[in-house]
This record gives sequence, structure tokens and C-alpha cells, in this order.
Amino acid sequence: MATDVMAAPGAVTGGKIKSELMQQRVRAARWFLLPMLIALAVVAGWPLLRSIYFSFTDASLNDIGGAEWVGFSNYLRVQVLDSGAVRYRGLLVDPAWWNAVWNTLRFAVVSVSLEAVLGMLVALVLNAEFRGRGIVRAAILIPWAIPTIVSAKMWSWMLNDQFGILNDLGMRLGLLSQKVAWTATADTAMTAVLIVDIWKTTPFMALLILAGLQMVPKDIYEAAEIDGVHPVKQFFRITLPLVRPALMVAIIFRLLDALRIFDLIYVLTPNSAATKTMSVLARENLFDFDKFAYGSAMSTLLFLIIALLTILYIWLGKVRFDGGDR
Amino acid sequence: MASIELRNIRKAFGVVEVIKGVNLEVRKGEFMVFVGPSGCGKSTLLRLISGLEDITSGEMLFDGKVVNALAPSKRGIAMVFQSYALYPHMTVYENMAFGLTLEKGHDKSDIRRRVEKAADMLQIRQYLDRLPKQLSGGQRQRVAIGRAITRDPKVFLFDEPLSNLDAALRVATRIEIAKLHESMDNVTMIYVTHDQVEAMTLADRICVLRDGHIEQVGTPMELYESPNSVFVAGFIGSPKMNFIGGERAQKLDAHTVGIRGEHITITPGEGMWQGTVIHTENLGADSYVYLEMGTEEPVVVRLDGTNSYKSGDVVNITPMADKIHRFDTAGKPIR
Repeated sequence: MATDVMAAPGAVTGGKIKSELMQQRVRAARWFLLPMLIALAVVAGWPLLRSIYFSFTDASLNDIGGAEWVGFSNYLRVQVLDSGAVRYRGLLVDPAWWNAVWNTLRFAVVSVSLEAVLGMLVALVLNAEFRGRGIVRAAILIPWAIPTIVSAKMWSWMLNDQFGILNDLGMRLGLLSQKVAWTATADTAMTAVLIVDIWKTTPFMALLILAGLQMVPKDIYEAAEIDGVHPVKQFFRITLPLVRPALMVAIIFRLLDALRIFDLIYVLTPNSAATKTMSVLARENLFDFDKFAYGSAMSTLLFLIIALLTILYIWLGKVRFDGGDR
Repeated sequence: MASIELRNIRKAFGVVEVIKGVNLEVRKGEFMVFVGPSGCGKSTLLRLISGLEDITSGEMLFDGKVVNALAPSKRGIAMVFQSYALYPHMTVYENMAFGLTLEKGHDKSDIRRRVEKAADMLQIRQYLDRLPKQLSGGQRQRVAIGRAITRDPKVFLFDEPLSNLDAALRVATRIEIAKLHESMDNVTMIYVTHDQVEAMTLADRICVLRDGHIEQVGTPMELYESPNSVFVAGFIGSPKMNFIGGERAQKLDAHTVGIRGEHITITPGEGMWQGTVIHTENLGADSYVYLEMGTEEPVVVRLDGTNSYKSGDVVNITPMADKIHRFDTAGKPIR
């Protein structure tokens, strides 16, 4: 009976009969949306279209206006040498580019997975009741509140091979036999970047998960207590499924961020092939190497890769942005 | 089947003592109702019995064995919560089967049989594949009861299970719980409510709580006919018992006299007391007349059928002599 009553308003809006009030609301909603749509079109839509356009031209920084259409040759072109050998050129066969793609994906997957696990642990602790919880909740946000440039510079000093505190500590405690150039060595550069990124963004993850945890009703844990559900099972069978919607949304936010990581790497490990990501490489080509069109092609591919991964994630993960099934 | 004994149970949250020394025995197979105003500690007492809260001092015994430190799941209890406390991401079937699937020694067909039996008892079999959010409040409460039945408990605990339901559904579910008690006569049931009607209609015995103490324990009729205090007298019965003090009480050798609305007759000629009608309520089967006669609250007279008294009418009333309750200054009965 109750469901019948609840279904009725939905049936009216879903059908053809729209009341005057409803039409009025739709009209008002459109007006409210307009400023945002215009702003987005100007600051996001237009630059995006320009980048895509430039990627099909021979534009250079000296003469952007005189760019001429060259089709797909920034991406892939066939070159027949005098000797008759066929060579492929362009972004799609550029090893520097694929190195950057690989770096970015590795960075994104490792950092986001570790942040999700650590963020969940932190969120569970912050969700428990203990004395001084408010202060701890505020304190844990500090790494996230510090501007990336500042924290990257701070960590680069801490990781410094000559004067860094981490090398000093490692030597004193006997963990290191010699000082390590964390950010300069190819083997450790990515690890250094990952450590700093995880340190910086775990609080953000924790906060989003904490919001999800607080939506879980307390009484079902009491029911589980009476059902004799072991705390570990409570987590995997009750908590995790219920915070999954919040967790999935948090992960997608972080994934988008991680895939276009730029500032941290630019400051911490400049010019290291071991950490160079798509964004860093694109900027380098756009402005440092004066390969504006080539850099635009990179930006376009970066956009496509992120879009593809996001769509895949939402589709495979069945992510819902309406707060899940609660 | 289990008997439960509480020996000088106390519970404090920080410095606030909520249960102040409770001694009580709940017999095997009994339907015991804890009733009292909000904040009296009735829910806390139930949570102490369930093991969801730790006892500060005193002893709790199930069948003669101390269970103070025993985990809830090992006490052989099942609990129905006011808020249903269903797992929102599980279907009705999974909700009911969850506890059993985690226990060792139940094969799948055994679990299915038990869930379906409970579902049939409560007529929720057609909802087994649904999620809680797809059910109405009454259906959810039945699932919560079903989950408790599936556990096959020795003790059934209800924490205000009807207070989130609307009036009609409350009556229907109340009857179902009464039937459930009849069909599970080897299960001890403890039921918490603030509604004295639920207490009167369901209980074998009622335990009236007030401010962390037990006021009185007895069958519904014992509480109705011979309340142990002014508080119990006022709490049990609807409409509320009328209390009359001052000179009228002194004439009857009491500090306060209590008389129920149904034990007062309106006497056209002479009466013991006189009052002015200020309001009448006609309910069809019976009706209430509210009289102003200088007492703290107006005196209510319950009459069979309808009546035609109007505001301002002056009437004479006489209480039935053998139904008068006399209380001393401490609120204790004079017998």
C-alpha cells in the first residue's frame, strides 16, 4: 500500500502530464545552469577544442596564428627514406611518450591503491570514538592543506642526498650503508614521488571515506554483534559494502588527479625519465622545446586516455554518484 | 528456554548512574514487559541483558549461570530493534540467514529451511529476494522479527519494536507478536515499551521502571487493581487515574485518593463530589467527561456509550467505594 502511494508522484513527472509548477521549475533550473555552462565553455571547452585543433596543425609558439592543417602527421606519419626503408614517425611511436604513459599509469595505480587502503584505515580510526578525536581529525588534514609546491620542496630537502634528514637518520640508525640520492637516482625517484604523494593525499581519501562511514547506521553493528559476526567479518561483509559507493567516488577523484599529476614531479624530480608523466612531457614539448603542435597532440591523447579510463572505471565499477543504495 | 536473574544490577555512564540496583527474576517462557517513561532506564536494562552494554556492578544470571562477561552472540538471545537494524545491502533472505551462515555446523539447506519457516510464520516469504529499502515499515519490522526467529533463540528481546509504525499497523503487529509468543511458548520474551497499552495487552508480567529503579512487578491486573504507588497507579490504565487531594482525601483518611474514570458514576441527585463539565469526548463505544473540581488536573469520568453533557453543566459524582485507592504522603498505598 505504502509503495503505491510513493510511486504516484513519480508516475506523474515521468508521464506526459507536466504541471505548470513543474514546467516553471524546469525553466528556472535552466536559467540557474546557464552561467555555469557558459563559464565551463569558456575556461574548459574552448581551450580543449583549441588544443585538439592545434594537434592537427604545425603550430609553433612563434606563430600560433599561422598554423596550418597537417592532418594526423603529429600522431603518425610514414617516412620513406632515400634508401627506400619505411620509417614511422610521430607521437604514437615515440618511446619518450610511451615511457611517460607507463610512468603515469604506474604512478596512478600504485598511489591511488595505497591511498585507498591507508585512507580506509585512517577513516576507521577517525570514526571510532576516543578522546581528542576532533583535534586528530583536524591535524590529519594538514598534509593535504599544505600547497603541493611547498610540500614538494620540503620533501625534496628532506630527501636531499647531502643534507637530507632521511639520509642522516638512515645512516645513524644503520639502515643505510651510504647516502642515497633519492630523487636523482632512477631506481628510487618514483618511490620518492609516491611517498610524498601518498603522504599528501591520504588525508583527502580518509575524509571522503569517513563521510561514507558516518552514513552507516550504528544499530546494524549491534545487530551484527548479536548475530555473532566477528569484527573482521563485520568490516568485509557490512562496512565495506556500505562505504563502497563513497569509496568508489573517492577513488575516481584521486584517479583523475593522479593521471594528470604535474606539480609534484616537476618540483621533486625535474627531468628524470623515471618519473616523467604525460603532463610533464606535454608541457615540456609545448613550451620548452617549442613543439607546440606536438605538445598539443600529447595533451589531446592525455585527455582521451583519462576519459577512457574514467569511463571504464565507472562502467566496470558500477559507480553511482547518487550515494549508492541507501 | 531460559530464566534470567538480575542481582543488584547497576549501570553508570561516566558519573551518571542510569540503573540503580535492580533485582528481578524473569521466569522461563514468560513474556515480561519493561515499561516506564522515557529516561527511566528500561532500554538500558534490556541492553544489559543482551550484553550490548557492560554491567557496572551486580550479577546477571541465565539459567543460574553468571553471564556478565559473555558476548551477546553466546547468550542465546535474539533482539528486535526499534529502528529494525536490517543490513541495507542484503536481501531479506540474506538478512535473516546472515547470522546462521557465519555459525559453524549449518548446511545451506538447513539454513534455507529455517529462514523459510520463519518467513512463513510472518507471511514475508514473497519478499525474500527484496532489499529492505523496497519494503514498508511494517514489512521491515516483520523481517527484523523473522531474523530473530531464525536464530532460534532462548530469549527474545524487543526494544520498542512498534514505535516507528503507524497506529493501525501497531495494533496489527502487536497481535502478531502476541501470537508469536503463544506459538513459541518455550521462549522467554522481554519487551520494552513506553506504551502502557502494549504492556497491558502483551505481558504475562509487567515491570514498571522509574528513574533506574523498579517501581513494581506484577501481572497486568495486579498493577491495574492494586498499584504499589501513585506513580504506578498513574502510569497504568487509560485514561489516567484521577488523583484527588486536599479535604476530599482527608475525609477518606488519605493524603491522596486515586479513582479510575471507569469507577466513577454520575449520580443525578446527591453525590460525594461535585464538578463542572469543561469538555467531553465521544468515542462511540464509550465517552469521557472532564470535570473541573479544584484538582490539579481535571477529573475524567468514563461512561459507556455516548453522553450529552455540555460544558458548564454541574454534575454530582460518586466513586465506587471498593475501587478507591488511598495513598499516604509518600505516595504508598494505604490498605
